[in-house]
Amino acid sequence: MALEDLQHNFLTGQVEDLVRWARRASVWPATFGLACCAIEMMAAGAADYDLARFGMEVFRNSPRQADLMIVAGRVSQKMAPVLRQVYDQMMEPKWVISMGVCASSGGMFNNYAIVQGVDQIVPVDVYAPGCPPSPETLMHAILTLHEQIRTGEILRRREEHRPTHIQPDSWTPEVPVAVRVGTPK
Amino acid sequence: MDAGGPRRSKGGNAEVIPLPPSAPPGVLTSDALASDAGFFPTPDQYLALVRALKDDGFELCADLCGVDYLEHFDRALPEGVTPTRFEVVVNLLSLSKRVRVRVRVQAGTKEPRVDSLFDLYPGSEAMEREAFDLFGILFDGHPDLTRILMPEEWEGHPLRKDYAVGRVPVQFKEAPGPR
Amino acid sequence: MSDLHVRSAARPELLTVETSEGAQGLQRRDLTTKSELGRELGAVLRANGLTLDPNDVDVERSDDETMIINMGPAHPSTHGVLRLMLELDGEFVLRAKPVIGYLHTGMEKTGEVLSYVQGGTNVTRMDYLSPVANELSYSMAVEKLLAVEVPERAIWIRMLMAELNRISSHLVWMATNGMDLGATSMMIYGFRERELILAFFEKTAGLRLNLNYVRPGGVAADLPDGWEDDVVVICDTIYERSFEYDELLTGQPIFRQRMEGVAPLSAEEALALGVTGPLLRSTGVPWDLRRTMPYLRYDEVDFDVIVGTYGDNFDRYAIRLNEIRESVRIVRQCVEKMPRGDYRSQDPKVTPPPRARIGESMEALIHHFKLFTEGFAVPAGEVYSAIESPRGELGCYLVSDGGAKPYRLHVRAPSFVNLQAVPLLMRGGSVSDAITVISTVDPIMGEVDR
Repeated sequence: MALEDLQHNFLTGQVEDLVRWARRASVWPATFGLACCAIEMMAAGAADYDLARFGMEVFRNSPRQADLMIVAGRVSQKMAPVLRQVYDQMMEPKWVISMGVCASSGGMFNNYAIVQGVDQIVPVDVYAPGCPPSPETLMHAILTLHEQIRTGEILRRREEHRPTHIQPDSWTPEVPVAVRVGTPK
Repeated sequence: MDAGGPRRSKGGNAEVIPLPPSAPPGVLTSDALASDAGFFPTPDQYLALVRALKDDGFELCADLCGVDYLEHFDRALPEGVTPTRFEVVVNLLSLSKRVRVRVRVQAGTKEPRVDSLFDLYPGSEAMEREAFDLFGILFDGHPDLTRILMPEEWEGHPLRKDYAVGRVPVQFKEAPGPR
Repeated sequence: MSDLHVRSAARPELLTVETSEGAQGLQRRDLTTKSELGRELGAVLRANGLTLDPNDVDVERSDDETMIINMGPAHPSTHGVLRLMLELDGEFVLRAKPVIGYLHTGMEKTGEVLSYVQGGTNVTRMDYLSPVANELSYSMAVEKLLAVEVPERAIWIRMLMAELNRISSHLVWMATNGMDLGATSMMIYGFRERELILAFFEKTAGLRLNLNYVRPGGVAADLPDGWEDDVVVICDTIYERSFEYDELLTGQPIFRQRMEGVAPLSAEEALALGVTGPLLRSTGVPWDLRRTMPYLRYDEVDFDVIVGTYGDNFDRYAIRLNEIRESVRIVRQCVEKMPRGDYRSQDPKVTPPPRARIGESMEALIHHFKLFTEGFAVPAGEVYSAIESPRGELGCYLVSDGGAKPYRLHVRAPSFVNLQAVPLLMRGGSVSDAITVISTVDPIMGEVDR
C-alpha cells in the first residue's frame, strides 16, 4: 500500500501512547470501602463531585472487572488476607490508591489491630492524605494516578521494580502475603 | 483509686434503686460509687440477681462489658466485696420505670468465669463473646463462645492490661520497607 | 517485623490466602448439633414463654440439599465489611450468621492511651455517619465524672449539631437503601442533600466527617457568623425534598413490595435481643432516649417520637424518613431558642485559655501547653452515659482511676447489638430480602467492630 492510496488525513504515533491514553481514560475502580473514607468515596461518586467526569463512575463490584483498588479506610489484621485476595483476583494491569491516613500508615490507630499501612500487603501507587480525605483530595489522587498511567510504561510488570537494597538472589517476585501472625494453617 | 467516687451531676439516674424482692439474699448495694445504682453480687449470686431484676421490670440488657483492674485492686468497692482482677459490668435498662441499673460482678483473677446471661437476655450473646474475645472472661452456658472481633487464630486477649498496645515505632526515612 | 512477612514464592502453600474464620463462621449441618442449630436459628425465641424445640428446626434437611454461601466482607451491599454466611435452600435463607471484626480498630485500647482531651478524636471515628453522637456520648460521660457545668449555649449548639448529624446520617441511609433496592436516583439525591449539611459542618468544625467538635466542657468553636441563614436554608431544602423522596419511594409499587411485610420483628423479640433505635420503634415500642430519658435540652423542644406498627422493613423506612422531618423541627427550634453566652465551660481545668491571652501571659501559655500535653485529671469512678444516636442507644462506659487518661473506655454500640437481629430477620426470606434486611438494620461497621 502506498501513501498516495490513502483517502483521508492521518497521524502517526506510537501504539504505546494510544494504549496509555485508553487505559487512563477508563480506569474502573473496585468497590473496596472499609470505613469512613468509603463514605467520602461514595460522596465523590455522587452528584456533587461526579467522578463520571474522569471516566471513573463505574464502581465494579467484582474485582475481576476492576483496574483500580481504592483502599478506603483502616485495614485490620482480620481484613488483610481478604484484601490481598481481592487484589490477587484483579487482572493486570492494576493500580492501588491508598485513601486516607489509616490505609497509608495506620494513622492514629497505631495498635495491635490495624495493619500499619496497606503497602505492607499490596503495592500502592498513590497515597491520598486526610482523615478522611475530602472528595477533592480523592480526585486529586485519581488525577495523579491518571498522570502516572499516561506517562508510565505499558509492558513492565510490577514485579520488575526491584528495590536496590535487596540482593537479586533473595528477592522473590511477589509482594508479601499478609502480616497476620500465623496465617498458614 | 480514692473512695469518694464521682460527684453527682444533674440528670441521669441518681436515685437509689432498691433490690428487687426476689433477689438472692446478701447482695451488696451501693449508690455512692456510681452515677447509676450499682449492685455487687458474687459470681454465685449473679444469675439469680439478674433474673430477679428482669422479673422486676428490667427488660433490656443495654450493655455488658469486661474491665481488667490489674493495677487497681484497691479500687473503691462497698464493704464486703473482695476485689478481683476482672469485673463484668452489666447495664440493665427498664423501659417501664425509665431507670438504669448497673451490676458489677467480681469475675475472678486467674481464670475469670461467670454465668452467661444468654437464657435471660439472648441479646447479651454478642456482648459476652466480645468480653471473651477481648478479656478472656469465660461465660458458663454461653452457646457459642468463640472469638468475635479478632481473627480466629489470634493469641491473647488484647484489652487485658498486660497485653501491649502493639504500637509499631514510626520510622520516617531509611526504613527498610517490605518491598 | 520482617520475619512476619512471608514471601509467597518461597512459601507456595501461601499463594492461596487463607480467609476462613474457623469456628466464627457458620458450620455445616452435619457438624452442628441440634441445640446449636436451634440457637443459630432462633436464639431469641428462647426468651420468655417462646421456647423453641431444636428438634423442630429444619433438621430433616441435609447438607446436600442446602448450600452455605459467603456474602462479604467485600460485598457492595453489606455496607462496609460485614461478612454474612448464609445457608440457602434454593433461594431461601435457612440460617444466617454474621461474622464481624473485619474493621476491628482497637479503639477501646487506643482510648486508654489517649488523654481525655484527645479521646474525642478516637471515639468520633467509631460511627462515621454520626460522629457528633459519639463525641456527645463520650463528652457527657467525662463531664459526669468531672461534674463540670456546660454553658447553656454549648448545650443548644450540641443539640443543633446532633440533629443535623441525624439528618445527614438518615439521608445516607436513604441513599444506600435506595441503592440496595436498585433505586439509584435516591442514592444521588441522598448524597446531594447531605452535602448541604456537610458544608455547614466544614464551616463550623473544619472537617466534613470525624469532627471532634463536641469536647468535654463544651464545643470546640462557636457557630460561624451567619449560621442561622445556613441552617434555615438546610431546613427548608431538606424538609421540602423529604416530600420528593416520599413521592419517589413511598408510592412506588416495586419499593413497597420489597419493603412491606418483609422481615417483621416483634416487640418481644426486639427487647430480648437488646435492639434499640428505629428498629425497636418500628415494633411499636415508643422508646426514644431523647423523650424518655431526656438529656441536653430535649425536654424543652417539641417533637414527635415516630413509632411503627408491624416492625417490617417498610416501618423502618418510614420511621427514618419521618425522623428527618422531626429533626428539622428540632433544628428550627434550636435556631429560635439559641441563647447567647459561652460556647465552652469557663472552668480552667478543662478549657484552655483564649488564644489572645497566650501571647500576653506566661501562665496562660503554660496552662495551654499542659492541658494539651498532659490533659486534665478526672476523679476516680465509673460512669455510663447513653444518648440516642441515629441507630439507637449509644452508651459510653468510662472508668477513671484519677489520672489524665481513661482506665477503661467502652462504647455500647447500637449497631453491634442490632446486628444480632439479622439472623432472625433473614430467616425464611429470600436472598434479595436479605439485602433489604441488612440495609434497614443499618449497621455501621466502624461502630460494630470499633
